[in-house]
Amino acid sequence: MSYFVDEKGFYGRFGGAYIPEMLYANVEELRTQYLKIMESDQFRNDYQFLLKHYAGRPSPLYPAKRLSELYKTNIFLKREDLNHTGSHKLNNTIGQILIAKALGKTRIIAETGAGQHGVATATVCALMNLECIVYMGETDVQRQYPNVMRMKMLGAEVVPVTSGNKTLKDATNEAIRDWINHPENTHYIIGSVVGPHPYPDMVSKFQSIISEEIKLQLKEHIGRELPDYAIACVGGGSNAIGTFYHFIDHPEVKLVAVEASGLGVDTNETAATIACGELGIIHGSKTYLMQNQDGQITEPYSISAGLDYPGIGPVHAHLHETGRLTVMDATDKEALDAAFRLTQIEGIIPALESAHALAALEKMRFRPEDIVVVTVSGRGDKDMDTYIKCMNDKL
Amino acid sequence: MNRINQLFETKSENILSIYFTAGHPELSNIAELIQLLEESGVDMIEIGMPFSDPLADGPVIQQSSQKALANGMNIHLLFEQLKDIRKTVKIPLLLMGYLNPVMHFGVEKFCAECKKAGVDGVILPDLPMEEYEASYKKVFEENGLRFIFLISPQTSEARIHKIDSLSNGFIYMVSSSATTGATGSLSEAQLAYFNKVKSLKLKNPLVVGFGISNRENYLEVCKYANGAIIGSAFVRMLEKPGDWTVNTREFIKSIQ
Repeated sequence: MSYFVDEKGFYGRFGGAYIPEMLYANVEELRTQYLKIMESDQFRNDYQFLLKHYAGRPSPLYPAKRLSELYKTNIFLKREDLNHTGSHKLNNTIGQILIAKALGKTRIIAETGAGQHGVATATVCALMNLECIVYMGETDVQRQYPNVMRMKMLGAEVVPVTSGNKTLKDATNEAIRDWINHPENTHYIIGSVVGPHPYPDMVSKFQSIISEEIKLQLKEHIGRELPDYAIACVGGGSNAIGTFYHFIDHPEVKLVAVEASGLGVDTNETAATIACGELGIIHGSKTYLMQNQDGQITEPYSISAGLDYPGIGPVHAHLHETGRLTVMDATDKEALDAAFRLTQIEGIIPALESAHALAALEKMRFRPEDIVVVTVSGRGDKDMDTYIKCMNDKL
Repeated sequence: MNRINQLFETKSENILSIYFTAGHPELSNIAELIQLLEESGVDMIEIGMPFSDPLADGPVIQQSSQKALANGMNIHLLFEQLKDIRKTVKIPLLLMGYLNPVMHFGVEKFCAECKKAGVDGVILPDLPMEEYEASYKKVFEENGLRFIFLISPQTSEARIHKIDSLSNGFIYMVSSSATTGATGSLSEAQLAYFNKVKSLKLKNPLVVGFGISNRENYLEVCKYANGAIIGSAFVRMLEKPGDWTVNTREFIKSIQ
């Protein structure tokens, strides 16, 4: 059994490239070139150089002593929050901007929800002196004003999207439409392991640096490479696949993905795609997605803007279906509690997305000798408004 | 014989095809609208099945889809509204939409319902050729349905030939690298593309769509192809104030 993508672009029955003919040539160019480019010496050197000297990698693997005492086990935090721009998103945008350069593209487009991927894309475009256009739902533009201004300061054009529900899925639609209209000079930097093949595989490979480092760092800390648990939050699923990638073929490592269940999986206000979604096609990929009885894609809900994507990466759908992946969920409240807990006992303010992964610790039972790795995918600066509101409500 | 094939056997020039979104602007006048279009001299009709995320469409069809969904349109209701259409209408009817709602409805059931209603062809731009061939071709053919593929200026010659060999109806030639609803006169690059495709001497007729909005565009592209499809411009016209039957007749007259 393979958990990785096959030559047709599928993970089991998930994935593929369900795209209109107008995008075929672009996606085909990428499909035939991405591995060649990624395996070239030039690319490897440039990528490694930028990860080390620009992004500040490797990110620490921190043995969280007080958190370990609390859960009576051994917890290590993979600190993607310390990556440049404040999240794991930069690992992917550095990789894709180098691909775009190698393909001779001069114009970069991206979608963004909370703005983390938009900022990471605007950052590498500033670095490489490439034109950058970021599509962002109008609702998110208002909700995530500081990130909008960061992108603008970095020189990107931020286009507010007014179609549909004016959030992440609509921003993604609009970026795809832009690509249809500019097929020759434009590369679309997708921010997660979603979209048509080869995006899920390409983005997985760029994020796999997370588990590559975890292995080496665990070896340094405890003398072995494999943890008992690897835990990450999942929206589209890019930090999760990065956390799992090098452990997938080691069945002794339990992989745990934590979905955002919003107000709960038994309500309509949820983003728990595996728990509540059905098989369908979204943004060119066959996977589970949130949809109504007529196959219309519905708007998910989560307190965390980075997890409210109505689909999930096809790799996660496959890992789940084959039983390799354990999928859990955390509600808004559980995530908020976990964020405050980590802040108060370890002095780390996590992003709301990452707080969902931490919330799963409350529901799990560990042995004292277990080695548990949790990825803190981003830092909480962008979520201060939500945290402040939460503190004021408690007063 | 399939009505699409019949049409192209009897007419090879200036075929006029009209697209509208089912359920927009009104929920329940589909049968009347189709009859009126046939009476006005339209050769073929594409009925859009609205989708929440129409990523190949520009703003006009996006908005019409949203309104249609808000009005309560869905595939069940569409087939209900088409159930007596063949008692009066003779011209080819196609359904056009996106794969997800069709998958959700059930592909086999969808094809069977198409056959029952007298639908002749289906256009699903996000169902790729390879996937169609592997998993969908059989059920479409068993129900006498023609599956219509798109080609664009980006489509390679080899791929156009492959699409031609898989097609048995017509080929939908997307006029430019754009989503639906773009406007303006034809560029040099477009004319070069039309000439190139024309010179390939494909076995299937060619119908040009995307960005055809008036008589001038329509006649121009008909020099290179067997016909043209007008979508966004017609959808926009349907929103005009006044009697939609009068407006529709006037619009079709203005094109022909």
